[in-house]
Amino acid sequence: MKPYVRPISAGWWLHRMPYLRFMLREFSAVFIAAYVIIFLVMILRISQGQAAYEAFRADLQSPLAILFHVVALLFALLHTISWFQLTPKAMAVWKGEERVPPAMLIIPNYVAWVVLSGVVAWIVLGG
Amino acid sequence: MEIHEHDVVIVGGGGAGLRAAIELGEAHPHLRVAVVSKVYPMRSHTVAAEGGSAAVIKPNDSLDHHAYDTVSGSDWLGDQDAIEAFVKEAPGEMIRMDHWGCPWSREPDGHVAVRPFGGMTIERTWYAADKSGFHMLHTLFQTALKFQATKWYHEWFATKLLVDEGRCQGITAIELLTGQVHAILAKAVILCTGGMGRLYPYTTNGAIKTADGMALSYRAGVALKDMEFVQYHPTGLPGSGILITEGARGDGGILVNKDGYRYLQDYGLGPPDPWPRLRAMELGPRDRLSQAFVHEDAKGRTIQTPFGTAVHLDLRHLGEAKINKKLPFVRELAKNYAGIDPVHDPIPVRPVVHYAMGGIDTDIHGATTVPGLFAAGECACISLNGANRLGSNSLTELLVFGRRAAAAAARFATEHPKLAKELLKKQAADEEGRIAAQFIRKQGGKERIATLRREMNLVMEESTGIYRDGKTLEPALPKIAALKERFRNVTLDDRTAPFNTELISAIELEFMLEVAEAAIHSAFQRKESRGSHQRTDFPKRDDQTFLKHSMAYRTDGAPRIGYKDVVITRWPPAERVYGK
Amino acid sequence: MANKTSQPTIRLEILRYDPEKDSAPRYQSYEVPFQEEWVVLDAINHIKDQIDGTLTHRWSCRMGVCGSCGMMVNGVAKLGCSAFLRDYYPNPIRVEPLAHFPIIRDLVVQLDGFMAKLQSVQPWIIRKEEKPVEQGEYLQSPAQHARYKDFSMCINCLLCYAACPVTELEPHFLGPAAIALAQRYNLDSRDEGREIRQETVSSHIGIWQCTLVGECSVVCPKHVDPAGAIQQAKLASTMDWYKELLWPWGGKR
Repeated sequence: MKPYVRPISAGWWLHRMPYLRFMLREFSAVFIAAYVIIFLVMILRISQGQAAYEAFRADLQSPLAILFHVVALLFALLHTISWFQLTPKAMAVWKGEERVPPAMLIIPNYVAWVVLSGVVAWIVLGG
Repeated sequence: MEIHEHDVVIVGGGGAGLRAAIELGEAHPHLRVAVVSKVYPMRSHTVAAEGGSAAVIKPNDSLDHHAYDTVSGSDWLGDQDAIEAFVKEAPGEMIRMDHWGCPWSREPDGHVAVRPFGGMTIERTWYAADKSGFHMLHTLFQTALKFQATKWYHEWFATKLLVDEGRCQGITAIELLTGQVHAILAKAVILCTGGMGRLYPYTTNGAIKTADGMALSYRAGVALKDMEFVQYHPTGLPGSGILITEGARGDGGILVNKDGYRYLQDYGLGPPDPWPRLRAMELGPRDRLSQAFVHEDAKGRTIQTPFGTAVHLDLRHLGEAKINKKLPFVRELAKNYAGIDPVHDPIPVRPVVHYAMGGIDTDIHGATTVPGLFAAGECACISLNGANRLGSNSLTELLVFGRRAAAAAARFATEHPKLAKELLKKQAADEEGRIAAQFIRKQGGKERIATLRREMNLVMEESTGIYRDGKTLEPALPKIAALKERFRNVTLDDRTAPFNTELISAIELEFMLEVAEAAIHSAFQRKESRGSHQRTDFPKRDDQTFLKHSMAYRTDGAPRIGYKDVVITRWPPAERVYGK
Repeated sequence: MANKTSQPTIRLEILRYDPEKDSAPRYQSYEVPFQEEWVVLDAINHIKDQIDGTLTHRWSCRMGVCGSCGMMVNGVAKLGCSAFLRDYYPNPIRVEPLAHFPIIRDLVVQLDGFMAKLQSVQPWIIRKEEKPVEQGEYLQSPAQHARYKDFSMCINCLLCYAACPVTELEPHFLGPAAIALAQRYNLDSRDEGREIRQETVSSHIGIWQCTLVGECSVVCPKHVDPAGAIQQAKLASTMDWYKELLWPWGGKR
């Protein structure tokens, strides 16, 4: 009596949309890590003086670099939104016998996001 | 053949079997206990009970009230010593369920909540929304897992009781995974195999309710008691028979005919108002409500559905919030299986077979007349339920008598340590040979299981439905005998060993035919009307002759029907009065 | 009168596996009458009764509460008794045993692994001291009851295991249903066993294996939200860790 164990197909994550979304989310980490490395390189270049930094900035203007940043941004958004949506799953907040509606936990995330982005923009552009 | 040995073997992993397993684990940890079940325990049909479980807990209630309700509900056929023991132990059992984690619905102050149920003078039905059986079964199973020494035979199907020198000393069982027949020896065996709803075409019962334990003990020489008493639940979905709980009426639901009229007032259950009112109208006992449906149908005042006639269970006035809180499963079932949202539309319902009051003859400790053999739950007849069970008594019965049977079996196993192993092994080998010869290796045969099952269902419905009479019962006797004869000619498509569910279905059908015959004969012989047994040719209750339990004994031919006195302690027979 | 040709039919393609004969599963097609009110389970029972008695499956309650008839219907984990033919008609329906479980025969899968996982999370009330029965029930407010109620609705149908890719990639992973049940007891006001369960639940086979695909909660027929249970358990474990880090002398939790 030997039960049959079905083999794991290499493309299992292509079979269903939710699995694909999940793999994309996992894959997004690669881009975000790459972005962090570029960011660290930028700091290194700044420390090396104006010429090095200007050269680095020129490299960033290449179509490839721009494409990379767009893709990285999209993945960062995917990641951020997934985690915001997740908040009510991980945090069960109760009011008596009722769960606080998910939106009440998700919306503050977005509000905080917009406010913090605004603060950063103000410091960078205006401050 | 493999031989296994235990002190106590429980057959069946539903409410009664699991309660017994917990009792043995807690109070008798030195005993080697095994649970043999044809399905994983959480699949057992206790899971489908909805409304709740009765026990006296509130200060406005009393044990005497609960006992009287049960006695009168049983149309005085219940044994009053059993009923008194039952109501006394019920509250403790239900509190234990709370301590084990059963998610009972609560009052605002944190105490358990109770809801009204049919035939009860005072509301005393504990509930977990409308999934009480589900929660009780899972609580019991999960609690039973605590006792690591218990041996679980999941998906093993018992085929025979091993009896030597008049004492039950084990079972044979098919291990579904491999198809092998094993001998499981035990100093005591407890049958907790559930009821027999699948004898009938339309039932609330799941596929597994095939009278297995009743047939096993009947073959071993134990009488089947009160088999003519079969409860029709008044509110099943037409066609599928899916149960819509009595709790729906307990919470205020009403039954109306095609004109929107609360017809129960025409059948001795009224007046309709004030509503809700205990022991009246929709909260009358199940036998009376199902009988009223038949009359209403005969008058042409029912509703036509694609699956036969029906009446309406109307919950709309309860409102969405209350329905969602107390009857969410009813809403889900009605939506899925009737295409009706009870918030907006009434649910079509009709009576369907629900419960066997009769079963394996036991005393109030669950002991049968075969030493070493015990029974509890729906397969047993103690008799708590007599001629008609009150809704919400059966879940409690599983607990009270599951525990009692375990205690008695433990005592017996301790006092009778010796087993006649060699003889038992030979018996088991014979059984293995029988199964192979009769089913797996059999040549020829042309009867399909499904055909015979269908015909049996029709014979049962015709002869032992809500109303019976001699003119339909008498021809049913040779019909069921003929079906038994035709069963010898049964053939299987599947002759392989691993997980042969067709083989199991064949043995289940063999069990059911045997029990069906006992039921029809018992019904034919009882020439009176009492509770769920209504004879149109004998419309009156006859205490002179029939204040007795029917006892069906197996013979080589037709069953022999004898009688046994009912135990009366404090409530002499009287008229059943509802609706006043 | 309906005759043979006017009766509409629907095709079921069922994955079959006979351990005595087959080295690998194969599909077999059956043509069954199409009935508006039939579910996939009805069609399978029709095949079993009338066409091919060797077809093997589990079922009992046919009302979505016993949890026996979990199967893959067109690749999605469903209860056979809750998947209506009319939602697929006139297209054929592909029926397979629950994904990620070893196949015993046809639609019957092996559950031993799950049963061991269930027992390992100790899904029963654990107390330092038992309350005597004579003292009555525990008081539990409706609000306390609501905290764990949804997680107590699991019928062990195992659709969530079939939907979770981690259970396939990491066979030791406790899985959604077992963790949800552990969390059900952790959140029950009558229970004091969380610390004991933590040893399993937050171990290497427990909550941290979950990568939040979230499909377990999507397929759950009883709205248990095991994904939520796991994330809440993760959050609680993380809080434990911080508490110990910031207040090492505070005693364990």
